[in-house]
Amino acid sequence: MSEMRRVTAICNGTVVDHIPSGRAVQVLKMLRLDIGRSNPISLVMNVPSAKLGRKDVLKIEDRELNQEELDRLALLAPAASVAIIRNYSVAEKLKAELGEELVNIARCSFWNCITQNAREPLPQKLKVVNVDPLEIRCAYCGRGQDLDEIVDNIL
Amino acid sequence: MGDLITMDDLSNKEIENLLDNAVRLLPVAKGDVHLPLLEGKVLANMFYENSTRTRMSFETAMKRLGGSVLNFSTTGSSVSKGETLYDTMQMIDGYADVAVIRHPRQGAAQYSADAIEIPVLNAGDGAGNHPTQTLLDLFTIRESHGTLKGLNVVLVGDLRYGRTVHSLSHALVRFGATLTLVSPKSLMMPVEIVSDLKEHGAKVTETSDFSATIDDADVIYMTRIQKERFPDEDEYAKVAGIYMLSAGDLSGAKKEMIVMHPLPRVVEIHPSVDSTMHARYFQQAFNGVVARMALLCDCLGVKIPKKVK
Repeated sequence: MSEMRRVTAICNGTVVDHIPSGRAVQVLKMLRLDIGRSNPISLVMNVPSAKLGRKDVLKIEDRELNQEELDRLALLAPAASVAIIRNYSVAEKLKAELGEELVNIARCSFWNCITQNAREPLPQKLKVVNVDPLEIRCAYCGRGQDLDEIVDNIL
Repeated sequence: MGDLITMDDLSNKEIENLLDNAVRLLPVAKGDVHLPLLEGKVLANMFYENSTRTRMSFETAMKRLGGSVLNFSTTGSSVSKGETLYDTMQMIDGYADVAVIRHPRQGAAQYSADAIEIPVLNAGDGAGNHPTQTLLDLFTIRESHGTLKGLNVVLVGDLRYGRTVHSLSHALVRFGATLTLVSPKSLMMPVEIVSDLKEHGAKVTETSDFSATIDDADVIYMTRIQKERFPDEDEYAKVAGIYMLSAGDLSGAKKEMIVMHPLPRVVEIHPSVDSTMHARYFQQAFNGVVARMALLCDCLGVKIPKKVK
């Protein structure tokens, strides 16, 4: 059975394909999609994929992801392909691309970082030191941040 | 050069130039030559944490070169009223030409540098970095060994929280030194730093057996186990006093081996070492003046004459 038939096609919205298997829930958290109130979201996990072996897929109805959300997505799913759907057909194909710096996406996890004082006004900044394997550090204190920590500390 | 936050802000060539300039400034640091290169310039010493040598040597360096110094401490300032670092630094941007900052929180120096225009020199941010200490450490090693290349440097003690060894190890591997890291398991060098060091192609050995490293060392760099950095006092009690060096331990050491320490020391170097030919830590503390003189001139764009008379 093909993966596309597991969930019906959406009329308008965004399909995020090629999410590494098991990450879809973290992606939802990272995209700050308010599950309690937002539009319908279909989540497919662990489906066979020629490219990744196994993958997750998200279908978000009546919502087009913007560039800032794509930047967030790139952290968890750098190989994800994003399709904007309008009237049942693909209107735009987008790529999640990881920049060199992640500004105001997540708070540094280190308890003694200067940014732990919430009244300090400069933005939270994380630096992408290496893409594969992914290595991210706080731009101020230099501490390494793993993906789970970043997801826990999203802004 | 603008800000100095970590040793990555300086190339090897820039480091060597600074050390060469520091040598030329020795007679000025000793007070033998009057050279007011920084007359009219103001340095702000922003110490949010205790300091003896760093604060005083920056002040001496500035004053020996004819400049003046604003001294700031957290008591008696608006910090105790809850002022943010950002706001305090905005004031300093208007009052001084260069800011030196020490802060208990990691990243405070980079944060300050992002907040203001004038150059910011990191004088220690939590357990992060202490690059101006590294400059005087490199100066001291070069002064004794004539080179930085190919030396076997043994870093001992609190490598986890010790900001001096974080900055120094980064610099030493760039000059081709071999590093032996001696610490108890709970105070090992952070993994990010060890991975950076290995990326530079450095030979790095980690051990907890200090006595086995002494005879092959060219430099033994002792550090204090810093009680104030431990989140848990029981953890501190387990490792306090774990490494102690006394004159008797040095019988098999190389003749030219030097013992360094960023100071203050507590129990890790016995006073019996002070009178041996290996002791360099007091000379090292003096070298803080020349190294910081060279650095201040550089970041304020002031050229040092080829011959200082």
